[in-house]
Amino acid sequence: MPAKVITITSGKGGVGKTTAVANLAVALAADGHKVVCIDGDIGLRNLDVILGLENRIVYDIVDVIEGRCRLKQAMIRDKKLPDLYLIPAAQTRDKNAVSPSDMIRLIKELRPDCDFVLIDSPAGIERGFRNAIAAADRVLVVTNPEVSAVRDADRVIGILEAEEKGPAALILNRLNPTLVKNGDMLSPEDVLDLLAIELIGIVPEDENVIISSNRGAPVAYDTKSRAGQAFRNIAKRLNGETVPFMSLDHQGGGFWDRIQRLAGRK
Amino acid sequence: MNEANSLIQIKGMRDGLLVSLDDAPWQQQRDALITQVDATPSFFQGARLALDVSSQVLKVNDLVELRDLLSERGITLWAVISESSTTENTAQLLGLATRISKPRPEESRQFSVSDLGEETAMFLSRTLRSGTRIEFAGHVVVLGDVNPGAEVVAEGNVMIWGRLRGMVHAGSKGNRTAVICALDLSPTQLRIADEVSVALKPRETPRPERARINENGKLQTEFWSAG
Repeated sequence: MPAKVITITSGKGGVGKTTAVANLAVALAADGHKVVCIDGDIGLRNLDVILGLENRIVYDIVDVIEGRCRLKQAMIRDKKLPDLYLIPAAQTRDKNAVSPSDMIRLIKELRPDCDFVLIDSPAGIERGFRNAIAAADRVLVVTNPEVSAVRDADRVIGILEAEEKGPAALILNRLNPTLVKNGDMLSPEDVLDLLAIELIGIVPEDENVIISSNRGAPVAYDTKSRAGQAFRNIAKRLNGETVPFMSLDHQGGGFWDRIQRLAGRK
Repeated sequence: MNEANSLIQIKGMRDGLLVSLDDAPWQQQRDALITQVDATPSFFQGARLALDVSSQVLKVNDLVELRDLLSERGITLWAVISESSTTENTAQLLGLATRISKPRPEESRQFSVSDLGEETAMFLSRTLRSGTRIEFAGHVVVLGDVNPGAEVVAEGNVMIWGRLRGMVHAGSKGNRTAVICALDLSPTQLRIADEVSVALKPRETPRPERARINENGKLQTEFWSAG
């Protein structure tokens, strides 16, 4: 079966796109799917660092596009998961080294050989973003429960709709249930109310995410981490499985029940 | 268009025409296009044309020649889309666009309607997201929300059947009797004619509300109640 091509984007920087790509890739590959991630952030690559594959890079995406190597040569196999590959970005070039039609050609070549292609989009809505969404079958928008991140997500969703790339699905990252409870953070309801798109996952704030990213072993490997569990659930949903939203609230209360309902709505 | 020209496909886009060629020889396709143009000159007159040449490899001469042929007929060639990087380079060399990132229609779009009567309104049945700007020389009705970062500018009244959280300017050409109504009026900013209001506090329990310029010349909002 040809691969599903999924682009992860956000508009605003620093909300967790790359972390999401790395974790979803690990979770999908651990479930036995063949996954290729592409770092679309040319000039500012870091997906390789988070996956811990930095020191194995020989060729990058620009080498493939400019014909200095074959596609297979630029695909770096993961240390632990034999079904996980990375095509790294070039660090010494900029986003104009790649065009949307280059991306479409590249993805066309990849499609028959794997189950999932995950593309990590750079922040912003310029060339790099357009490259990243050019070949996408599906787009996931990552946002944080912060007004500025939600504003940018709204803009990106608008562009995706205009480009007929929709409907996009939302990952709400770094939610702190305690802050939400005290009314100091936007609640998932507030965010969904504004963005009005399908919610595919809520990832709780978890310091293990940073620790594991720095170690080059994404948190999705960690069976005890709640953020890791959230990413594994999103991966299952991407694969078409129905997974209930986990409760992040230890005191019970109606809060997470409401989230369940929100997620269930179209 | 018609059977004689199955070589080329012509599609109307939001900001011009898109002509798609297939892999038949370039000369043949070029001639087919020009024949088509000459057959219906009034259709093409003044058009902006983008050309999708699929995998054709085109040299500078080819494109220059075509551009000249088209411009003699009042047509502007502005973009060449190709799967071939040689052709892309050629096009870039000539200062032509190589992508038609489809124009985002709602961004900064100014609508003009000829014969604009006093009671002309634009009806938008969707939510306006951040980055969207609607300008209209009449009234605007939105069935949906106006999100923060979206802007609506109308010469007449603006009515939002939804949540207004962005910026709305009614009576933009100076009509001080214009009004703005919304089911939930929590805008980042409201303007009527040359009066500007600062952000209104979001209501705990939103109710339909209307903003207008009052007798003292100030922007004022009031809840709407039936009867």
